[in-house]
Amino acid sequence: MFDTALTAADFVFLAKGAGVTIIVTLISVLAGTILGILFGVFRYQVGAIWAAPLTFVLDIFRSIPLLIQLVLANAFIGTILQIRISGFTVACIVLSMYTAAFCSEIVRGGIEAVPATTRRAARSLGMTWGQDMREIVLPLATRVALPSWIGLALGVMKDSALVYVVQVTELLKSTQILITRLQEPLLLLLICGAFYFVISFPLARFGGYLEKRWSND
Amino acid sequence: MFNYTFQWKQALARLPQMLDGAIVTMQIAILSMAIGILLAVVLTMFRLSGNRALSAIAKTWVEIARNTPALFQIYMAHFGLGSFGIHLSPFASILLGITFNNAGYLTENFRGALKAIPDTQTRAGRSLGFGAAGAFRYIVLPQMLRISFLPMTNQMVWAILMTSLGVTVGMNSDLYGVTQDLNALTFRTFELFAVAAVIFYLITKVITLGARLVASRLFRY
Amino acid sequence: MIEIENVRKSFGSLEVLKGIDLTVQKGEVVTIIGGSGSGKSTLLTCINGLEPIDSGRILVDGTEVHAKGTDLNKLRRKIGIVFQQFNAFPHLTVLENVTLAQRKVLKRSRAEAEAEAVKQLNHVGLGDKLKVYPGRLSGGQQQRMAIARALAMSPDYMLFDEVTSALDPQLVGEVLDTLRMLAGEGMTMICVTHEMKFAREVSDRVAFFHKGVMAEIAPPEQLFGNPKDTELQKFLSATH
Repeated sequence: MFDTALTAADFVFLAKGAGVTIIVTLISVLAGTILGILFGVFRYQVGAIWAAPLTFVLDIFRSIPLLIQLVLANAFIGTILQIRISGFTVACIVLSMYTAAFCSEIVRGGIEAVPATTRRAARSLGMTWGQDMREIVLPLATRVALPSWIGLALGVMKDSALVYVVQVTELLKSTQILITRLQEPLLLLLICGAFYFVISFPLARFGGYLEKRWSND
Repeated sequence: MFNYTFQWKQALARLPQMLDGAIVTMQIAILSMAIGILLAVVLTMFRLSGNRALSAIAKTWVEIARNTPALFQIYMAHFGLGSFGIHLSPFASILLGITFNNAGYLTENFRGALKAIPDTQTRAGRSLGFGAAGAFRYIVLPQMLRISFLPMTNQMVWAILMTSLGVTVGMNSDLYGVTQDLNALTFRTFELFAVAAVIFYLITKVITLGARLVASRLFRY
Repeated sequence: MIEIENVRKSFGSLEVLKGIDLTVQKGEVVTIIGGSGSGKSTLLTCINGLEPIDSGRILVDGTEVHAKGTDLNKLRRKIGIVFQQFNAFPHLTVLENVTLAQRKVLKRSRAEAEAEAVKQLNHVGLGDKLKVYPGRLSGGQQQRMAIARALAMSPDYMLFDEVTSALDPQLVGEVLDTLRMLAGEGMTMICVTHEMKFAREVSDRVAFFHKGVMAEIAPPEQLFGNPKDTELQKFLSATH
């Protein structure tokens, strides 16, 4: 059907790229989420004024292009600090901070969505701060935050396409390399796009479903 | 501490060129938003039309825009269309890619906004003699755009950040492209991109604050 | 003249209008009372064609509302309707609320539309709120604005669908006063209402709806003074 020069080896090459995309995403989302929760709870706990420096720094990650963040981090670590680490590590560090910046907003929003009256009731029953956080805030805030968090994780997967700039050959870069070699852009791009879509679409749907179900309570 | 000498002067000397690039970046973002909003309104009408084919077009557009990387969408505009013999300039490719993305996300935002407008508004409009189109145009649409104002501001910020991807399709007159070309000349990578980062940061802040100001002036109800 | 002939209407398996016959003459004020779910509000939205009907027909000045070729947008210009929810357009000032349809539907000039709007707003006592957004108005004021908005289209008929039901008790009076004034001026009106005292005062005839049927219709003194239908007797003793 398709008259194509695409070989089995090329598919393996693409699959490797896809693997890199997934691994970079998983590491960054995991690390970024942990950091994001810490930052988010901290920001909520100390209040807007004391959290201002942290808020400012995190906001930078949301206000300049990811491409520039990657280039700057690479130059800073490699050229200025003269530390030799792989592009893969740089990519994971930057994407983790990028994730953390967005995640801390989501976490803070989730905690703020728990009514103060509910928490006062919990404390009135003699719960400690920790118990209140675990038993009351965590389950309620999760309902608000989880759908947004799914959106964030998928966003990070899509944005991970930019780590090519620090010499990491993920899926889109692999595709581009093959495009240059085989001159079959449409077929290759459709394969690549389908991969992202097949992962992102059902998860995004699931997030939308959760949001709908939980907002009806 | 480290034996690296920052050479900020070299980078700052290039500031005029970079600011010219920033203007191109703004142009792309503003154009892509203006066209994106128009397209999103049309796609929203497709969804509301009750016509299956039209709403399928809108749905497909939204899902592709939201579930694939923006860079992929730009590649499609450039290399994808290229394989149909349509060869777009770098500027047209990046504009098309970002506009496609904007339109998809904005359509989804509009859907959320429409949920906040009660059906009774349309009913009231129809009762006054407006046709379906008139009720949408004069009663639903203005409210929808106002409710979506904040998401539109966010999308505008995204559009600014997305212009940096133009470099992948050969764009070199926007802020990122200019910076990269200067980098190839001087190799002051950190300094140059740090300056570019500051410019990007300031642009996004101006947009966010400006939008807040406009909102407080415009939406007094 | 509004002629309603054997109108039937169902929502799914629930039949809300079971063959209604009613004729309202020009200048007449008819109020419809009855328990909730009796179909009385649905009838109003059928009259201006917002709801389709299953059978029967409704004629407004001889034009069949639900006939295929009927231009509903044109027909609705002569039928004003005010709903329980005020349906103010929140993005427009009071003046703009009242001028919008005049300008876009009736193609009146801005000056013409504004003059008419000011006249109607003065009429309902909102002459000092022209530049205010509806969000700043009380429910009673919003409802009076909605009445002015409908009146500005120079309708021949006015339909009022429980216009005081969503109001705080202390705001009901001002809206009812507006309706009384309109009735006094000879406007043809059909009012669905829970306000028995109001119905008694302004109506030429009062209709009692029960479970989709018009169980009784009579001049107010007769209907309230000497109700024949047993459901109506129950209804009246429960509301007094």
